[in-house]
Amino acid sequence: MATKGLTDLPPSQRPYLADPPVIAPGHTFASVTEKIMRTVLTGRTPLGWIGGVLIAFGIVNILMVAFGYLFWKGVGIWGITVPVGWGFAIVNFVWWIGIGHAGTLISAILLLLKQSWRTSINRAAEAMTLFAVMCAGMFPLVHTGRPWLAVYWLFPLPLTMGVWPQFRSPLIWDVFAVSTYFTVSLLFWFTGLIPDLATLRDHAKYRITKMIYGVLAMGWRGSARHWARYETAYLLLAGLSTPLVLSVHTVVSWDFAVSVIPGWHTTIFPPYFVAGAIYSGFAMVLTLMIPIRAAYGMKDFITMRHLQNMAKVMLATGLIVAYGYFMEAFMAWYSGNRFELYTFKNRAFGPMGYFYWMLITCNIALPQLLWLRGFRNSPVLLWMMSIVVNMGMWLERFVIVVTSLHRDFLPSSWGTYKATRWDYAVYIGTLGFFTMMFLLFIRVLPMISIFEVRALLPQSRINSLAQENPQ
Amino acid sequence: MENHPDELVQIKASPQKPKLTLQEVRERLSTASGKKYWRSLEELVDEPGFEELLENEFPAGAAEYENDGVSRRNFLKLMGASMALAGMTACTRQPDEPIVPYVKQPEELIPGIPKFFATTMPFPTGAIPLLVKSNEFRPTKIEGNPQHPASHGATDVFAQASILDLYDPDRSQASSFRSEHRNWGDFHTAIDQYKVKAAASGGAGLRFLSETVISPTLASQIQAVLKKFPAAKWYQWDAVNRDAARTASQTLFGQYAEPIYKFEAANVVLSLDADFLSGAHFPGFLRYSRDFISRRKLTTDAPMNRLYVVESFSTTTGALSDNRWPMRASDIVPFAAALAGMLGGGSAAGAQGFTAEEQKFLEALAKDLKANTGASIVVAGDQQPPELHMLAAQINQALGNIGKTVVYSDPVELVPTDQAAGLQQLVADMNAGKVDMLVILEGNPVYTAPVDLSFEAAMGKVATNVHLSCYRNETTRFSQWHIHGAHYLETWSDARAYDGTCSVVQPLIAPLYGGRSAHELVALFSDNPDVTPYEALTTYWRQNGKASGDFDSNFRKWLHDGIIPNTASPVKTLSPRGGAPAANPLDKNAIEVVFRSDPTIYDGRYNNNGWLQECPKPVLRLEWDNAAMMSLDTAASKGFNQEDIVRITVDGRTLEAPVMVVYGMPNNSITLHLGYGRDFAGRVGNGSGFNAYAVRSSKTPWIGTVEKIEKTGDSYKLAVVQNFTLIDAHGKKEYESRSVQGSEALRRDLIRVASYEEFKKNPHFAHDEQFLEDPKPAETMYPPYDYSKGYQWGMAIDMNSCVGCNACVIACQAENNSPVVGKEQVKIGRDMKWLRIDAYFTGDLHNPRAFFQPMLCQHCENAPCEPVCPVGATTHTPEGINMMVYNRCVGTRYCLNNCPYKVRRFNFLLFSDFETPSLKPLRNPDVTVRSRGVMEKCTFCIQRINAARIQAEVEEAHLQQSDPNATRVIREGEVVTACQQACPTEAIVFGNINDPNSRVSKTKAQPRNYGALTDINTRPRLTYIANVVNPNMEIGDRTGAPGKSYITDLPTAATPASAGDPRGAES
Repeated sequence: MATKGLTDLPPSQRPYLADPPVIAPGHTFASVTEKIMRTVLTGRTPLGWIGGVLIAFGIVNILMVAFGYLFWKGVGIWGITVPVGWGFAIVNFVWWIGIGHAGTLISAILLLLKQSWRTSINRAAEAMTLFAVMCAGMFPLVHTGRPWLAVYWLFPLPLTMGVWPQFRSPLIWDVFAVSTYFTVSLLFWFTGLIPDLATLRDHAKYRITKMIYGVLAMGWRGSARHWARYETAYLLLAGLSTPLVLSVHTVVSWDFAVSVIPGWHTTIFPPYFVAGAIYSGFAMVLTLMIPIRAAYGMKDFITMRHLQNMAKVMLATGLIVAYGYFMEAFMAWYSGNRFELYTFKNRAFGPMGYFYWMLITCNIALPQLLWLRGFRNSPVLLWMMSIVVNMGMWLERFVIVVTSLHRDFLPSSWGTYKATRWDYAVYIGTLGFFTMMFLLFIRVLPMISIFEVRALLPQSRINSLAQENPQ
Repeated sequence: MENHPDELVQIKASPQKPKLTLQEVRERLSTASGKKYWRSLEELVDEPGFEELLENEFPAGAAEYENDGVSRRNFLKLMGASMALAGMTACTRQPDEPIVPYVKQPEELIPGIPKFFATTMPFPTGAIPLLVKSNEFRPTKIEGNPQHPASHGATDVFAQASILDLYDPDRSQASSFRSEHRNWGDFHTAIDQYKVKAAASGGAGLRFLSETVISPTLASQIQAVLKKFPAAKWYQWDAVNRDAARTASQTLFGQYAEPIYKFEAANVVLSLDADFLSGAHFPGFLRYSRDFISRRKLTTDAPMNRLYVVESFSTTTGALSDNRWPMRASDIVPFAAALAGMLGGGSAAGAQGFTAEEQKFLEALAKDLKANTGASIVVAGDQQPPELHMLAAQINQALGNIGKTVVYSDPVELVPTDQAAGLQQLVADMNAGKVDMLVILEGNPVYTAPVDLSFEAAMGKVATNVHLSCYRNETTRFSQWHIHGAHYLETWSDARAYDGTCSVVQPLIAPLYGGRSAHELVALFSDNPDVTPYEALTTYWRQNGKASGDFDSNFRKWLHDGIIPNTASPVKTLSPRGGAPAANPLDKNAIEVVFRSDPTIYDGRYNNNGWLQECPKPVLRLEWDNAAMMSLDTAASKGFNQEDIVRITVDGRTLEAPVMVVYGMPNNSITLHLGYGRDFAGRVGNGSGFNAYAVRSSKTPWIGTVEKIEKTGDSYKLAVVQNFTLIDAHGKKEYESRSVQGSEALRRDLIRVASYEEFKKNPHFAHDEQFLEDPKPAETMYPPYDYSKGYQWGMAIDMNSCVGCNACVIACQAENNSPVVGKEQVKIGRDMKWLRIDAYFTGDLHNPRAFFQPMLCQHCENAPCEPVCPVGATTHTPEGINMMVYNRCVGTRYCLNNCPYKVRRFNFLLFSDFETPSLKPLRNPDVTVRSRGVMEKCTFCIQRINAARIQAEVEEAHLQQSDPNATRVIREGEVVTACQQACPTEAIVFGNINDPNSRVSKTKAQPRNYGALTDINTRPRLTYIANVVNPNMEIGDRTGAPGKSYITDLPTAATPASAGDPRGAES
């Protein structure tokens, strides 16, 4: 923690301050267990939680109504049209998938890179990933004209008819990429939960909770053999998840890059989509964690160190994204392709230009504030910035999907796009679903990994070893 | 029931049960009623012997089973039957419909193979000869009659869409008297009574009001009635009439005569507000457009013609013209007078009141006309006053064109009259109480009559109004008798084409609702009231037919050919006389209003036709509405924005209509299309557009002066399918540059154009180096598909031939069961047409040139839509057709996004009408009716290809019976796509590109052949033939400055406009 006297100095004369600690001092194994477990095993549900779930559930009902009407009438209730055949549904799909990247990145890649600070946030981030991918997964299905057939035709069931999906289509790759990502993320998350589920089982007061956690804990007793196998399995899953983090959004970006449409047909899409995904994922983790750490008194575990680290990741990925924007525009000019050039001029100065400038503001201009240490040290400002980045990343997808389509090759077919109330209802509905799922999660499962945080304590042997041999 | 089970058991067990017969039960119950009845029933159940009775009542089989347990065979039979029946009940209950095969199969009918019958569509400006496709005796598609000189197989939008009228669920289905249901017999009696009464006065109170009669039989029937009732009178009224031309011919020749133009012989054509290239409202359009375009195909050595257009609106004729001058309709008579003066030796300087530019135009025009004496044509527009028609005839005379490129013959109507004067006379008689019986044969005069006549008020003073009509419309509401009419596909008749050639109107189907035709109604007044239309027709032609030999066999041939020979009107040798008529120019600052027939719904008669309502008007690309159309500057000077509602006052009457800015219109001129704003049209037409008839009086039938025009403050959304017009703060910017879409179309090499001079020097101009290059076929990782064998279907569209008339658009819709989506869906871009005609404006938007590009699926060999479909619903045939598998499509719309030509259409909602029973027989049985959530697009009429293939294979099998090596391939011309079939100018050519002698191969072999957007390696099977224009450079060209190259110097706008969409960009 910074001392008062130092902040009085002008910034240039301030000595380098060590990063704040990962865990606030003064905790014991027992206090960690007790504090994290208390949010789950308490008999008193916070009123704020009940209110939150009720509101979120109300929004989920909007989603259900929107879906019901959608299936009744058809996708024509949305604003999609010719030439803009994809609208909010695909924008939201890509946005949610992007958000779903942070969890696995934090859990897997940071685990492999032995970034021990990740342990306080990985559980919640992974849960967020799962819920975000659930939200994302709804869209490709419901956005089709005939969803009842989409399920049937898109999964390559070994049919005697010999009618297979079209394996050249990126949409089929999407089906595989997203379903694989969801499955592996779920397994990874669940595996990580097992020791904590056993802890909950052991501490639960009621028979029914004991039984539920007991079943979920799958007979975990904490023996050395269990731990050894657990560590191996967890590491293997981490290894398996790591390429998926990169592959999913790469595949999603191919939905666009494989096409011929100027503004979509760009080789830079895969890396820049992945960077954007991590950017928005971290922003969403911040959006969730900052209020929760305050509401549940978890500031000891989710410390300023975490917030600052996440802010730095956002800054870095934000710059990659900015580079992507620049290179896209540069290549449009450098290639001399008249269609490409028109698309980029139109994107910035055409009838939908204001979306582009909002996007630049949200994703590039404002996040430069993260260079300021003072900014990174303020949870409130970081939270606001995380919202800005989330909006910016949504706008980015909107700009890519809609403005590229609304004026493409054939001038006679130029049109526009206007979202309808049903577009908004579905989008807001998924936000409600996401919120509800997340609130349910923090009520029934430990939002922070208990056993891993215990390992971070100075008392922990692993931790002391790690400090002896820094990588 | 309250029965105790024990009691029942007891009864059953009782060995001595007394007999109970059905008779006794009946007797017992016959005395009971209500509650008592039920109580008696219950008592009966307890009655001894009831059970036995029941058993006896059961089917024999069941009893047999019970009695004879050994009969295994019967048991199995029963079981089998009940199983089958159990299965039946699980299904949805099907309605009971007898399905009976033909007991006697009609001769030559093979179910599934359509037959074609020749018939004719009557139209006020002349009949459209047709071949109508009939699937098991229901007409499903209309095509032109290739043998008829007025069609050569082409059709227009009205003919194509008229089949929808036949099946329109809003058609009148019953006759009525004062809104009470009556049948034909009642009407017959009423007329018989009237005839007795009227005989005394010679029918002094009897009036007939028909539309322009082009049926010789009907005319002779009416005249027979007039002979019987000498005091009766017959008037004709069409809102879009040719009174001006008729008046002019009376003045010039002392008789009615019709000019017939020979465009194929003209080097220079001057159109004075005559829109002869955009649709059937111009008589002879099908023939004229074909003849005119024959001089612009540039496949022969005949030099290219040059078209000058001076017009008050933006029509396709003007858009295509080589030199065009927008001019108020009221200024065109002085212009023509000046031109006539110059041809007579005057000079441009003598032409008063014209600007320097106009004088330059006049001078160059006069020079060019003089240089082409005997090979030029001056055409006057129908909505122009008689003076212009007279001037046009005099100029043609002065140029020596008469007898060469312009000949005179009889008008198409049998009895030409001054229709407006006739109607005035009729209304005067009605108001004076002289009329006791008004028979209105078709038409809708309450809606279309000049507003100052107050026709409906006059109808109120007539004792009996009879209205024969297919629809219950505005006039029906003021008529005592309504007789529901028959569609022309339901009745016998005859009709004359623009050149006088007669054809038989042959019914394709019995009247769906038992409607009656005008022939039957008129016959009621004659001495022979029960004569059928067929008898009337054959009687007439037996007397008047000019063929030698047996009438019956002749008649059969006429029916088959669709032509009655030797009926073309003879050429008259006439020369115009008289001096130049006086020209009274309008004040330069006054705003005029010009009424025009609508390019899609004509005078309002097609108002309830969904296909026509949803057909984009040529050049404007507006659907579902009309509007107050004006130039950019007029709107700007008045402070009007696009879609502002304005109140227009003409002669004290007002009309409110939204503003639509149209490029290339003259300033201070407003054009209103007739036919909209109806309240009694039907479910499609009601409430669309604004009623221009409300300000059209007999004083101003075509051109009026606007007293006042002001904004009301409201606005109205127009459904424009291609947005190029707007005039708000952003729009000004776009206008000051150029049409962004047009400039981009040129920059993207969608349009390739050269002047005639450049073309002669460099016929390969469409492949000059500044155009985007096609990638080499070898530049790919994949082995190329071998398309060199078998049939390879391809299409070529001659951009120079397309007049943008939309006939192909409606033909495609009719052929392929495309739905109508409604205005709201059109507004947001969900039009479902597989074929559209894109219009691109280039040059100064005050007077632009437009290029029409028919855009349909290009059937790319490297189709971008195919690899992106996750379910393989769009694939390629070995014959090069990109096809849709509707069953497979899940509707991801990725193919739509990835299509560079944006020709794919998606069923966003359930657009097809699966419910309305009367629309079901309309569908083409060979094309799937698409449901919701499915992508669709042009298939090159694959059903027609397959029909030809089946035919060829069947014939091949026959041939191989005698010669095993015989082959029979699909021959050139056996597959004609619907769009190709309809095209009046043969702009669309389709066929096998593997056959070097096919027309399509030859067309594609032209050096001007190019593909659209081919640099993205789509390799389309559809190619375009580049435009060549032939402007007179002395005037200068409206697209570029004189002396500049068309190929390289066409101005472009490189920056996108900040707002190109009036629809707004919001989300």
